Amino acid sequence: MSQMVPMPLNYLNYDEAVAKYEPTLGLEVHVELNTKSKMFCSCSTEFGGEPNTQTCPVCLGLPGALPVVNGKAIESTILIGLALNCSIAPFSRFARKNYFYPDMPKNFQTSQYDEPICVNGYLDIEIATEEGPKQFRVEIERVHMEEDTGKSLHVGGATGRIHGAEYSLLDYNRAGIPLVEIVTKIVGGTGKYAPQVARAYVSELRDILRSLGVSDVKMEQGSMRCDVNVSLSPLDSGTLGTRSETKNVNSLRSVERAVIGEVIRQSNRLEAGERIVQETRHFLEESGQTRPGRSKEQAEDYRYFPEPDLVPVAPDSGWIEALRATLPERPSARRARLKAEWSVPDKEMTSLINAGLLDVVQETIELGAEPIRARSWWLGEISRLANERDVDPTTLITPTQVAEVISLIQNGDLTDNLARQVVEGVIAGAGRPSEVIAQRGLKVVSDDAALMLAIEAAIAAQPETAERIRGGNIPAAGALIGAVMKATGGQADAAKVRELLLKHLGQ
Amino acid sequence: MAAISRDDVAHLAKLARISMNDSELDHLAEEMDLILGAVARVQEVAGRDVPPTSHPIPVKNVVREDLVRPSLTPQEALSGAPAQSEDRFKVPQILGEE
Amino acid sequence: MATALAAGELSSVDLTQLHFDQIEKVDGAVHAFLYLDKEGALAQARTVDAKRAKGEALGPLAGVPLALKDVLAQKGIPTTCGSKMLEGWRPPYDATVVTKLKEAGIVILGKTNMDEFAMGSSTENSAYGPTHNPWDLTRIPGGSGGGSAASLAAFEAPLAIGTDTGGSIRQPAAVTGTVGVKPTYGGVSRYGLIAFSSSLDQAGPCARTVLDAALLHEIIAGHDERDSTSINAPVPQVVKAAKKLDVKGMKIGVVKELQGDGFQSGVLSRFHEGLDALVSAGAELVEVSCPTFDYALAAYYLIAPSECSSNLARFDSMRYGIRVGDDGQRSAEEVMKLTRHAGFGAEVKRRIILGTYALSSGYYDAYYGSAQKVRTLLMRDFSAAFALADVLVSPTTPTTAFKIGEQVDDPLAMYLNDIATIPVNMAGIGGMSLPCGLAEEDGLPVGFQIMSPAMRDDLMYQVGGTLEAALLAKWGAPILDKTPVLAAR
Repeated sequence: MSQMVPMPLNYLNYDEAVAKYEPTLGLEVHVELNTKSKMFCSCSTEFGGEPNTQTCPVCLGLPGALPVVNGKAIESTILIGLALNCSIAPFSRFARKNYFYPDMPKNFQTSQYDEPICVNGYLDIEIATEEGPKQFRVEIERVHMEEDTGKSLHVGGATGRIHGAEYSLLDYNRAGIPLVEIVTKIVGGTGKYAPQVARAYVSELRDILRSLGVSDVKMEQGSMRCDVNVSLSPLDSGTLGTRSETKNVNSLRSVERAVIGEVIRQSNRLEAGERIVQETRHFLEESGQTRPGRSKEQAEDYRYFPEPDLVPVAPDSGWIEALRATLPERPSARRARLKAEWSVPDKEMTSLINAGLLDVVQETIELGAEPIRARSWWLGEISRLANERDVDPTTLITPTQVAEVISLIQNGDLTDNLARQVVEGVIAGAGRPSEVIAQRGLKVVSDDAALMLAIEAAIAAQPETAERIRGGNIPAAGALIGAVMKATGGQADAAKVRELLLKHLGQ
Repeated sequence: MAAISRDDVAHLAKLARISMNDSELDHLAEEMDLILGAVARVQEVAGRDVPPTSHPIPVKNVVREDLVRPSLTPQEALSGAPAQSEDRFKVPQILGEE
Repeated sequence: MATALAAGELSSVDLTQLHFDQIEKVDGAVHAFLYLDKEGALAQARTVDAKRAKGEALGPLAGVPLALKDVLAQKGIPTTCGSKMLEGWRPPYDATVVTKLKEAGIVILGKTNMDEFAMGSSTENSAYGPTHNPWDLTRIPGGSGGGSAASLAAFEAPLAIGTDTGGSIRQPAAVTGTVGVKPTYGGVSRYGLIAFSSSLDQAGPCARTVLDAALLHEIIAGHDERDSTSINAPVPQVVKAAKKLDVKGMKIGVVKELQGDGFQSGVLSRFHEGLDALVSAGAELVEVSCPTFDYALAAYYLIAPSECSSNLARFDSMRYGIRVGDDGQRSAEEVMKLTRHAGFGAEVKRRIILGTYALSSGYYDAYYGSAQKVRTLLMRDFSAAFALADVLVSPTTPTTAFKIGEQVDDPLAMYLNDIATIPVNMAGIGGMSLPCGLAEEDGLPVGFQIMSPAMRDDLMYQVGGTLEAALLAKWGAPILDKTPVLAAR
């Protein structure tokens, strides 16, 4: 970890930093909801449309236009709150957050301020350490609704960065897409595990959001974005340091690296007798470091006040309980259950989760495949083929197709070797497994008479080998089995060939 | 309440994104003092036990269905734009960053 | 007029043309209009005439011309809000009120002058020059909807639409001798009404008679799913109420705090004549006290500027409106500041700064927060008063129309014009102003205000209709027959 920063003399590396300072975290996650229409108008939320094709008087902030809340967005937010063990406020309101920025059409963001819809929740997470798994409870302060901004494109200038731009072009398709902001309370007591805790929290949160079906949670596309607040205080000082806020950290790995980077940077400033400035910083993917952005010391005064164009959201208990009844199984509980049901070793379970294959494996098993085969096909051959193509395994083949192949193996209609050819055929677009089998004639030769002819031919071609086998040299059978397999075009069941061959040679 | 200084007004003008010269600031500081002096009396009757009212009518939970309706065309959306390029609103260089 | 149209004695095209002729003749002096849509108006008139010729069923005001306050978005028609900021802006959509007017076959003549972004009581704050009161061209026509009211008094239009945030329909009606109604908040959709103060703004009808106002009221009112604050309930039956002409047994609450000090004697004497007329018609007067009214003006001048500071933030030259100072070097931030400096007038800037202050951290509780509490107290005052009376009444304004330029440099004096109208907006209830005679000292119209409980707009129409009939019987002719501009017709 220490190689991430240049190291002048006396420079603390991460391990040295956490030996002297206690990190405290705060995590703010923004999630774009996957509603069909925007938060306050009926424009489409689809990603990647031509510029300004998904706008209307409301999301362009035209004079006179008024917002109306998307009911689905409220329900999604309440679901998130419930899944995070929050209390759902019996009365909540939208507020205007006033500041000027060209990508924000009204020059205020409709958000929630002192009356958010969900408060006081928690999320339990687990991290792996040298001393075994450790649990942490991350407390949630609030979950609230707001709207996304438009996108600006900076044109001209030397670097293409904002400061060098000659002008900017604005596309408001994204303006008004529903966002949910999930804010933790101060996360302390993590010690040196702060980076892993931050990552595990975001990861678990992502799994929960995915299981709820309320968001695409694609960090790389920006539908889930994380701001990481870090502060340091001298060990056992009982004080809280000044925090920095690192914006838009857009992968799980970056979350972990951003915490490490800030711990190292801040500890070295403190060591040098400098103070930490409360500011926004930007994460640099390449180096894992952060660079300063706006200083919060000249922070805007957002002049929040209740949004007069919207009315309060006051969900009654009937509404809340109806939503609670639709909550899916908690991802951590589901993982524990599946792990036991399938008897999966720890390491393999981790691989399945990290590869995002849990859902497809579960589906494959539900379609009748043996758990061990389902796991090994998805993690093995299919993942290998996906790696070669640099795509997600789940985009290559469906659980139904995999289950069909496994069922043929289980029935003895395909050997593993043949099945690999079938899977390759399906992935190559040759059709369903049955179609690939029919086209390529990939069928196990199970006719004993046909196999015996091939075996006799092999013995005739290699009489000395046959003699050695008769003499008790069983391993020599490999050469003859290979010849039979070759003669049958690989379609024979090797075990069957071995059995018949040995029997024929008196073994 | 303390008198409103020219610097206070300058700060407010900055928050409100309105450029003002010195004489405008001076004039407004004077007027603000007068107006605030007159409106500050709201504090006389606003007791702790009085709840604030932000909506004159007690309506709640007004939501719409999550349905997509046709948007404006880019031409309509951009029809009032002072400048445009490539179906986008063209604006001067944006300082600061998000 | 509507009757003549329905009977086929007059075509809508002729009627529309007659009004354009009158506008041509007098609007140079009055300056009620900012924009005339002759082509669109005559096209709509022709459509209505054709439908009538075919015997199609038409609404009661189909084919009748109307003047639209320039605060409402009308697709393709310049909509400026009386501000330089929006010079040349043509909205790509219609306000819900405009959609309803068009569907009712009403002919929109054009857009009327107003105080910039509806902030003012005299229409002197328009970036396009003041409107003159047809009763005396040296005087103000009230504001912010001075253009709409003046167009009625000058017979340039028989109907108009106004918007009322603190009295912008009723005060102009009072000083021009016309009828103006602010419906219950949420009764008429605000979609497409360019917001000044969202929790106070309400569009409403302006007319020369209570019945005309009621007919127009029923056309523009009703629930709108595009406005979250729109009331989802049947529209009060205001036309039926306006035709009742009966107030026997009704209790009329006279607000103690809205008379006396600061009220012109001629205003008070005409107001009392109105009260007498109601008593003669069988109503019972009760005095009610609303002690918080004394604080309403102060609270209003915190709430409205606070909301306006946020509502007007969008005028930043990025997406629409004028842009000032874009020399290819300046940043977006600098161009915004220069545009807002040049595009907004003094009163708008004053209120934006005041509102920015009232909402800023450290001052919010003392100013905005306290004002919201006063609002609660005002609503309590009203509910106590409505427990004693069916409607409340007062003079609409403390004085008759003042001279143009007289109060323009004294914002505090200007704000006092709205002292009797503001409590209605703060509580979201209904309010109407109708003429109750001319003040003896200056011969200028005096307005009589009727306030009704929320969603009981029918009650003020019932009382207003009765009062109007009683006064007409006494005068023998409508008060507007005395407007001097009429002579020039």
